[in-house]
Amino acid sequence: MGGRASAFLLVGFAALGLGLASLSAQTADAPPSDRKSGFDYMGPDSQAMQKDDLSNPGMLGVLDGEAMWNAPAGTTQKSCAACHGDARESMKGVAAKYPLLDEATKTPIDLVGRIDQCRVDRQQAAALPREGRESLALTAFVGLQSRGMPLAPPDDARLTPFRKAGEALYTRRMGQLNFSCAQCHDDNAGGHLGSAPIPQAHPTGYPIYRLEWQSLGSLQRRLRNCMVGTRAEPFAYGSPEFINLELYLNWRARGMEVETPGVRP
Amino acid sequence: MARALINVPSKAKRGDVVEIKTLMSHPMETGFRTGSDGALVPRNIISRFACTYNGEVVFSAELFPAISANPFISFTTVATESGTLVFSWTDDKGQTQVQTAAITVE
Repeated sequence: MGGRASAFLLVGFAALGLGLASLSAQTADAPPSDRKSGFDYMGPDSQAMQKDDLSNPGMLGVLDGEAMWNAPAGTTQKSCAACHGDARESMKGVAAKYPLLDEATKTPIDLVGRIDQCRVDRQQAAALPREGRESLALTAFVGLQSRGMPLAPPDDARLTPFRKAGEALYTRRMGQLNFSCAQCHDDNAGGHLGSAPIPQAHPTGYPIYRLEWQSLGSLQRRLRNCMVGTRAEPFAYGSPEFINLELYLNWRARGMEVETPGVRP
Repeated sequence: MARALINVPSKAKRGDVVEIKTLMSHPMETGFRTGSDGALVPRNIISRFACTYNGEVVFSAELFPAISANPFISFTTVATESGTLVFSWTDDKGQTQVQTAAITVE
């Protein structure tokens, strides 16, 4: 599976390399009307799967997350609901704002990081391993409460340097194949890499249920996937680089509708 | 406990063909993959699915390793009378998950 996928990518990138010989620095934001979610690039079957909550496999994770929300955890034996109450009210629109500035450390923190902080400090439970089933389930459940709302990254001046660092990563060439994110997702969005459409890379549906993964996965898993494709060494889960990149991507997609849990091929 | 999503119309007219959709949470481990230690991960798939309608089997299926994780199974039956649909999924470990849904026939 892995071997086939990388061979496919290699051929795809070699073909693209011809078209991309001139690096364009065009990374300006697309106007909202021109922005397309990955959803718009999918076939009607996958779109129908996402739209129907009883056939969207991401909803299985949401159900697990809901159970975790109400289950006591840690030495305090408090559940999330014990403090936050009904997530349908208290978590409405919350996921659409992350990453936020953590007041204690003055660095950005993503939703997964915030959940872990709550678990460790308040519930006195062990942090959930990133990309584990439980972490994804709880994130999906919290994310669902923002579905249909616009992505609303905070306009916080203290986040600007981090967002700029994310933008620099987005436009920086990396890996043996020497590609930046922008070369595919700005300059060639709407085109194809092999047979796969190149989307505009708006993170509207995370965590997504990706059919190729046969499971839920985070934005960071998707980013690592792309980095491996360009033969770069992927950043670690939860690294500041990924959080900066997420800040920039959310800013770039601000105003777009949250789809969590999205389905992608 | 594994999660299941079941879509059965709550009401139907007698004689109507109703579509039933089920989505079951299961890893469907094929038995062909190796883990990080290089050893084969033992096969663990749902091998049988069955649905009974007021005690009578209306649909059953045998599943094989090529079927994806979280299998989605959709089928139709004729709404004959009000009652209960019982769904059961049995995996290689011998565990059976049972879920029920009610249907009202007018």
